[in-house]
Amino acid sequence: MAVIRDLNKDKMDVVEGSYAVAHSVKVCKPNVISAYPITPQTHIVEDLSQFIADGEIPNCEYINVESEFSALSALVGSSAVGARCYSATTSQGLELMHEVLFNVSGMRLPIVMTIANRAVSAPINIWNDQQDSISQRDTGWIQLYAEDLQEASDMHAQAYKIAEDKDVMLPVMACMDGFILSHVYEPLVLLEQDLVDEYLPPYEPEYKLDPKNPMTFGSFADPECYTEFRYLQQKAMDNALGKVEEAANDFYKTFGRYYGGLIDEYETEDAEIILMAMGSVIGTIKETIDKLRAKGVKVGLLKVRAFRPFPVEAIRNAIKNAKVVVAIDKNISLGLNEGALFTETKASLYNTSIDVPVIGRMIGHGGRDIPLSTIEKIIDDAVNVMKSGISVESQYADLKEELL
Amino acid sequence: MNFLFKSGHRGCAGCCDAMVAKFTLMAAGENCIVVSPTGCLEVMTTPYPESAWGVPWIHSLFENAASVASGIEAALKAMGKDDTKVVAIGGDGGTIDIGMRAISGAFERGHDITYVCIDNEAYMNTGVQRSGATPYDASTTTSPAGAISFGNKRPKKDMPAIMAAHGAPYIATTSLGYPKDMIKKIKKAIDVEGPTYIHAHAPCTTGWGFDSSKTVEVAKLAVQTGLWPLYEMENGEITSVKKIGKQKKPVEDYLKMQRRFKHLFTKEGGDEELKKIQAIADENIVKFGLE
Ligand SMILES: Cc1ncc(C[n+]2csc(CCOP(=O)(O)OP(=O)(O)O)c2C)c(N)n1
Ligand SMILES: [Mg+2]
Repeated sequence: MAVIRDLNKDKMDVVEGSYAVAHSVKVCKPNVISAYPITPQTHIVEDLSQFIADGEIPNCEYINVESEFSALSALVGSSAVGARCYSATTSQGLELMHEVLFNVSGMRLPIVMTIANRAVSAPINIWNDQQDSISQRDTGWIQLYAEDLQEASDMHAQAYKIAEDKDVMLPVMACMDGFILSHVYEPLVLLEQDLVDEYLPPYEPEYKLDPKNPMTFGSFADPECYTEFRYLQQKAMDNALGKVEEAANDFYKTFGRYYGGLIDEYETEDAEIILMAMGSVIGTIKETIDKLRAKGVKVGLLKVRAFRPFPVEAIRNAIKNAKVVVAIDKNISLGLNEGALFTETKASLYNTSIDVPVIGRMIGHGGRDIPLSTIEKIIDDAVNVMKSGISVESQYADLKEELL
Repeated sequence: MNFLFKSGHRGCAGCCDAMVAKFTLMAAGENCIVVSPTGCLEVMTTPYPESAWGVPWIHSLFENAASVASGIEAALKAMGKDDTKVVAIGGDGGTIDIGMRAISGAFERGHDITYVCIDNEAYMNTGVQRSGATPYDASTTTSPAGAISFGNKRPKKDMPAIMAAHGAPYIATTSLGYPKDMIKKIKKAIDVEGPTYIHAHAPCTTGWGFDSSKTVEVAKLAVQTGLWPLYEMENGEITSVKKIGKQKKPVEDYLKMQRRFKHLFTKEGGDEELKKIQAIADENIVKFGLE
């Protein structure tokens, strides 16, 4: 159960989500920041640029690259030299990075990158969904999804802690819903420098490019050895399962704030219906649950914080006693008509003794608003599954038939 | 002599990439970090778990070597280790075609890096396909000579001029025919602060089709015919030129040694084409004052 803040202890500021993230990055003391502007990520990199201009981030270079492709490519070099590195992007920018994403994870470079989640073109659309990062799920990056500004902000310290762990050494995408989290002002606790210094040790890579001890990075691997590189990346992802939990627990100990580890649960104990989701929609779902609980509907929420590594065991445990599960997705796999959380949750239950019906509902694509009524409609669907079984396994829950 | 670029790599006998790499490290010395894009050099020097690189070396992708070099330079600066030199070395394709965005960005930003382009005039690693550096009428696997074609239809992209337009403080063309000149220029490029560019003409025995003992000879002929002028540019001005004077040779001497131009000597109309290539050399001779 999330512990957001200790009101008696914490000093709160009212800031924009992007500013909070930029501040978090600053206190994590990066050596190189390299990014290219794209809505709705821009405020983060503008704020960081201002910090640099004001001399507030010592021993740090900001590279004003000519593209996202170069933003991440530059960090390949920086990280290989042993620098702590940061970037931020979204949507088209993230898609442009695709080739570099594999390269970063394959070279085991623990870069942290904020994704201000946004829909992808065409049609061009600058508003929020999660198609951009979900489409990069197989690139070997850890993916964490934040529920609100405080979590998005705090997640960056956790991200570095996980990424740079010697048993992990994988890059992390800290995903926050574009506009909904990036552009909203909320009272929050800005990540505390003194506590971060306690929580996050300086980055000391085991291997780096150093003339005193020359090493070769990014070599050519033939069929004799390629598989083993991939296997070791998967091993690191397995290790990350524990490290995501550990980073959240340690964070709680140091800062007194907690948002769940791989997952978090809300009202699931006796829940017949469990909704699963990632990102800012969690808030809307919690509110809907409160409303329906008052009417006696036994509904709960499974918040998925880590989409990669996918928390198979944690999900199984959380939903095994439910009567129906609904996975909510702000993405679609075209040609399958399913969102990724739905597909992967179903796959996680197959070959087990857990026999819970799972349905998928896609909502909020291209920034479509998600009112409580959309969530209520989804819960109605779930009630119907309990009564009479699954009629429609996966579909949009907020489609405007009149536009078709 | 103990070279920083080690023998035992998988390059062809007479490989031009290996020679340029070796000379580059002779010029750079131990305190450097090298970046290479995907290409022959990368593939032949780093079959895991072996490496021919006696200095720290990194390969990321085909089109981003200049960006990776920028990141290394920035990181070294941030961490107070900026006495280490950063050198990118890669093929013509990775540099002037697919790597154009990256190198343009890196030079515009003014990073203190040296970029060495090994111009073997095609995509050799993937089987001799045409690049923007392939010369007029060269037959490659994607610009083959045929019944109605004399091969590549376009002249070489003038990359040094493009880099000069970026305001690079030092640019030089070099050739494997003149190794001492090459090493001297690379050394100078590394010593000059800011982004510097070396364009190294590098005949490829396999792709161009000549005997593997003739790499240097072919390279010399490109210079002596005027087809590959050697010059230095400092802050946009040409400051030195290698005169060819009495040595000037007809382009046929250079072209006839190479399989990729064979059709010019066997196909009807070849004479006319040879005249056009001679005109390219003559223009260079006037433009750069090579005589
Ligand atoms: C994005 C991308 N496109 C294409 C390739 C395939 N590819 C690898 S090396 C290469 C050609 C390299 O040519 P060049 O840069 O001239 O180097 P050379 O091998 O000739 O020394 C190509 C086309 C690739 N690796 N990546
Ligand atoms: Mg080439």
